[in-house]
Amino acid sequence: MANDPIHQFHVKEYFPLGTFGGMEFHFTNSAFAMGATVAIVVGFLTLATAKRSLIPGRLQSVAELAYEFVAGTLRSSAGKEGMRFFPLVFSLFMFILVANFFGMFPYFMTATSQIIVTFALAMTVMLTVVVYGFMRHGFGFLGLFVPSGVPMAVVPLVSAIEVISFLSRPISLSVRLFGNMLAGHITLKVFAGFVASMASLGALGVGGAILPLVMTVGLTALEFLVAFLQAYIFTVLTCMYLNDALHPGH
Amino acid sequence: MTWFISPAHAEDAAPALAPAVVSPAPTETHTEVGHEAGVKAPFPPFDTQKYPSQIFWYVICFGLLYLLMKRFLVPRLSTIVEGRATRIANDVEEAQRLRVESDKALGTYEKALADARSSAHAIAQAGTDEAKAAAVKQRADIESSLTAKLDAAEARIGEIKAKALGDVGSIAEEAAAAVVTALSGNQPSADEVAAAVSAVSSK
Repeated sequence: MANDPIHQFHVKEYFPLGTFGGMEFHFTNSAFAMGATVAIVVGFLTLATAKRSLIPGRLQSVAELAYEFVAGTLRSSAGKEGMRFFPLVFSLFMFILVANFFGMFPYFMTATSQIIVTFALAMTVMLTVVVYGFMRHGFGFLGLFVPSGVPMAVVPLVSAIEVISFLSRPISLSVRLFGNMLAGHITLKVFAGFVASMASLGALGVGGAILPLVMTVGLTALEFLVAFLQAYIFTVLTCMYLNDALHPGH
Repeated sequence: MTWFISPAHAEDAAPALAPAVVSPAPTETHTEVGHEAGVKAPFPPFDTQKYPSQIFWYVICFGLLYLLMKRFLVPRLSTIVEGRATRIANDVEEAQRLRVESDKALGTYEKALADARSSAHAIAQAGTDEAKAAAVKQRADIESSLTAKLDAAEARIGEIKAKALGDVGSIAEEAAAAVVTALSGNQPSADEVAAAVSAVSSK
């Protein structure tokens, strides 16, 4: 168990909530992780903005930094109009960021290492894009798949490619986040496992364990970077997709 | 890739392990997977049996987060950030406005000062002119009254002179008559004396 790098991804069912439509619902460790993530995000932002001071304190500076960062990203890719999606984009960024960091604590579940969770996140984005796109532009939204300035002869081919690329977006979006978190945590666990198993081999093993230990320390730092980077990438791509909903013509 | 093999192990081991859950280390790995043995236990993130719960909790958690963000946290944050931006913009605008106002006030003040200066000048000029005119008038009055007095005096002098001259004729006649009487003894007539005197005095 100690050396099984997959063990950390097990969804543990703490207590059942019941069966509905043949599906079992449980309160799980991933549910706990998501709940805690929301609690941390809401708690942090509430606390940080409690004073609403003109000259920000440390906590408020961090909250403002996050706000400016996400707002800047959204504005640069979707324009000023894109700010209507700010609550969604900021929620996504904070949720993924905190969920990723939450998973960095030993014994805590990484909710974003569950493909179903990242897929649900990606679908949240794609459904928003599709629903808002059709609401705003009607069938004009389909212009997204017909790039302007393309000769009529190749339009069917290009449109087919555009449709496929559009449909693959939720998959690439979710698999990217899932894969990064999964692979990072597995690598970390494997190297940490080396330390333990080599150290148990005696004096020579203890010496040999130094290299994987150093690797583990380095990888931990890298994982923190990846945790932030993946949240950022997810946010940037979300902004770009939302821009498609706002301005379907290329 | 050992973890992919472990489910298979679990399948083999599960029935045997079932009574020995408390057994030590090497079997522990399998007990985790073991309780779902029977069916082939998939790689945990691909365990579709756990999907409904996860989606359910995701919807609840993310929905709650989104709702709180939209209703409460984002407005608060944006009030702080945008509020600061508008406050700075307003302050700059206010400063600009005040500067324009003070420039205007300075202009007004300078204009008022110039007006006051010119009106003071005008008042002084008017005063001087008035005083000058009064002085001229007074002088003219005095001069005219003096001239009148002078004329009156001259007239009187002339009168007196004429009267005196008249008196002088009669005195001369009387004196001449007396002289003639004394010298010749006979009294000359008044007309003869008068003619003689006038003939003498008119020479």
